Amino acid sequence: MSQRQVLQVFEQYQKARTQFVQTVADLAARPQNTETLQNSGVMSLLRPLLLDAVPTIQQTAALALGRLANYNDDLAEAVVKGDILPQLVYSLAEQNTQRFYKKAAAFVLRAVAKHSPELAQAVVDCGALDALVISLEEFDPGVKEAAAWAIGYIARHNAQLSQAVVDAGVVPLLVLCIQEPEIALKRVAASALSDIAKHSPELAQTVVDTGAIAHLAQMILNPDAKLKRQVFSALSQIAKHSVDVAEMVVEAEIFPAALVCLKDPDEYVQKNVATLIREISKHTPELSQIIVNVGGVAAVIDYLGDSKGNVRLPGIMMLGYVATHSENLAMAVIVSKGVPQLAICLEEEQEDHIKAATAWAFGQIGRHTPEHAKAVAVANVFPKLLNLYLDTESSEDLQVKAKKALKSILQKCTYLPALEPLLYEAPSNILKHIICQFSKVLPHDSKARRLFVTSGGLKKVQEIKAEPGSAIQEYINAINSCYPEEIVRYYSPGYSETLLERIDNYQPV
Amino acid sequence: NMATLEKLYKQVENIKAIAEENRQKENEAAVRIQSWFRGCQVRAYLSHLHKNATSIQKIWHGLTARALFRQRVKIQQRWRGYYVRKYVHDYYARKRYLEGLTRKNKHIRRDLEEVAELQWKERERITLEKQEKEKNIQAQRLHFLLSTKQCLGVFNSPFRTEPDETELRLRKVRPLLVRSAPKERKTPNITPDLNNLMPNRERLPPIHKKPQGPFRPALEVQQQRHRPLEPSLHVITSITALEEAREELKRQEWRTRLMHTSTPFEQVAFGTKHFREEHKEYLKGKKPFKTVFTTCHVFDKFGRLYSSAGNIV
Repeated sequence: MSQRQVLQVFEQYQKARTQFVQTVADLAARPQNTETLQNSGVMSLLRPLLLDAVPTIQQTAALALGRLANYNDDLAEAVVKGDILPQLVYSLAEQNTQRFYKKAAAFVLRAVAKHSPELAQAVVDCGALDALVISLEEFDPGVKEAAAWAIGYIARHNAQLSQAVVDAGVVPLLVLCIQEPEIALKRVAASALSDIAKHSPELAQTVVDTGAIAHLAQMILNPDAKLKRQVFSALSQIAKHSVDVAEMVVEAEIFPAALVCLKDPDEYVQKNVATLIREISKHTPELSQIIVNVGGVAAVIDYLGDSKGNVRLPGIMMLGYVATHSENLAMAVIVSKGVPQLAICLEEEQEDHIKAATAWAFGQIGRHTPEHAKAVAVANVFPKLLNLYLDTESSEDLQVKAKKALKSILQKCTYLPALEPLLYEAPSNILKHIICQFSKVLPHDSKARRLFVTSGGLKKVQEIKAEPGSAIQEYINAINSCYPEEIVRYYSPGYSETLLERIDNYQPV
Repeated sequence: NMATLEKLYKQVENIKAIAEENRQKENEAAVRIQSWFRGCQVRAYLSHLHKNATSIQKIWHGLTARALFRQRVKIQQRWRGYYVRKYVHDYYARKRYLEGLTRKNKHIRRDLEEVAELQWKERERITLEKQEKEKNIQAQRLHFLLSTKQCLGVFNSPFRTEPDETELRLRKVRPLLVRSAPKERKTPNITPDLNNLMPNRERLPPIHKKPQGPFRPALEVQQQRHRPLEPSLHVITSITALEEAREELKRQEWRTRLMHTSTPFEQVAFGTKHFREEHKEYLKGKKPFKTVFTTCHVFDKFGRLYSSAGNIV
């Protein structure tokens, strides 16, 4: 056979291999095909193609493997068991490999590591971290992005993996990546930093020590929405661990620029900003004071008005945390028109955990002084809280929170018109507090006494059955002592019968 | 008897004389003892009085001091109340703070609304521009639908009062320049090739307008002009020579690879952790490494030229 014919055989084989691997890669992109592909043993066929001489076949084989592993975790386990990872790690670390192959290799590592901590640990055990660090130092931004993404997915699962990632010296390189001009690279680097910092205070401190906060703060006003999501998520994961770190985040002068992002059209950006503000204001009264002084409370309240659903939760919790610290701050929340907005949230939201958070926030706002309790009472919140407490369909958490909130506000509430409707529906443990408040207010205010009688409150009080000697009985006695005896007797139950009995005993003259 | 009496009288008088001598002393002694005793009595009495006086004074001092203390405490209480009400829990400062806070909130709300408004307008503008651009591109492609005087186009119906927006756009937009396919010619284009004609070796085209005078015979100049290209090694090597060499190397390795051997997938320690030259005794019988690429003759003449350039280094 002539040389050309011999070469032609090899060319045909190469073409066949290329076509096979490209088709498999395209099929793997669609999730419905992965089942069939897996059953046809695609792993064992792709494995030797990774070592092929032609670089395009190698790259496409790696891409196909990555897509398959991405889709489901059985395939990812098969990748790990098939000893494919060491080869990929080796080629990542090599200098001469093409950048497409490096990207594909990093993609496979990411796809394997994302499913569970055990798989991520297997990836780390192959020495992937050193190889990924080397590829983070490459020039090509695509390779850096793929490497940073893989690192982020590894670090996401738990604190040990994050510690292993940090020990490999990744954090300074990620901070360098954040400063690069490509937006996709910035996004992925920010998300990786957020995943590293979220597990423990030491890891957050490590991230802060490399000066990440300043660079993240610079990117706050970038027009790209997804980048802003990641930046704010990273800042809030850093700030949530301790007071010092939260102070450092505030010192980076993110306010009031961050408040502008509360008006962003992307709802996850808004949610992440609200989370950041919540994490900062949670720690100390001084930090909450800073946020209030900069107008953060007003911005968050507007944000609550504009958004719907689960996105509101961080905003509500932030108001609750701010109001917890001191009564000045709670008054600041009230003055910024927070209470009507929270009442609207309580009305509109269907989810139990959001309603529980709103009830808790109300409790924190109203529990300080009678002024605060009045502000909460005027917004007509008590009936709703009572309904939430009594509703059998509410979850236990919601009931507990509603009860606590009611109790703490009622103990300070002296605004009687709001208390009266509650007399009729409240169960005995809440009723005790209501009667207690009445017994405190009525002895001093004659107009209130009159109103109490004419609105039928005194009648209702007489109808309450209480054991003698209990606290309720004392309060009832205190109330009764505010009125002349005839009125008390007039309104006590069964008075008409006693009068009628007197007719029986009466002898007409 | 008189003698004994006198003796007795003398004895008595002796005794008296002795006693008379000691009288003074004893008297003084007795006085002293008595005075000492009286002194003790008086002192005891005095100290008793002293103690009573002290205790009375103690009680009295205690009373006055406590009264004074209470007066002073009252003053301090009033001062502390005043201070706390005025400075620490200053009601008016709090009121001012809350008023300031409401104003600040209003400003912030207004500013945020403005910013949101600006951003929204910006986004709207960008989308509008994009739409305009797309419509313009579309109009460019459909330029052939422009209406002429004879034949009114699709967008310029005669039943309309005025032409459609697309028609106006078509009128405004310039058509895309599309290069048409090269037309088939019946006879091939014969352009006289002036260069390959047998050059009249005596007549050359003038280089300058003003003839500068030939310094060499025309034939030589001709040969120089038409000398074939002799590119240097640098020019000959293609830009991808390195990659091609690598490909060749890879193919060679693929051809000659050994099947069914296992090597660990890691970097070889030689070259990074140790070098061959360190253990010369192992290299005794082995051949040196073969070079892959041909050497460049850059440094062959180094040090062997007549000029002394470079010897300074």
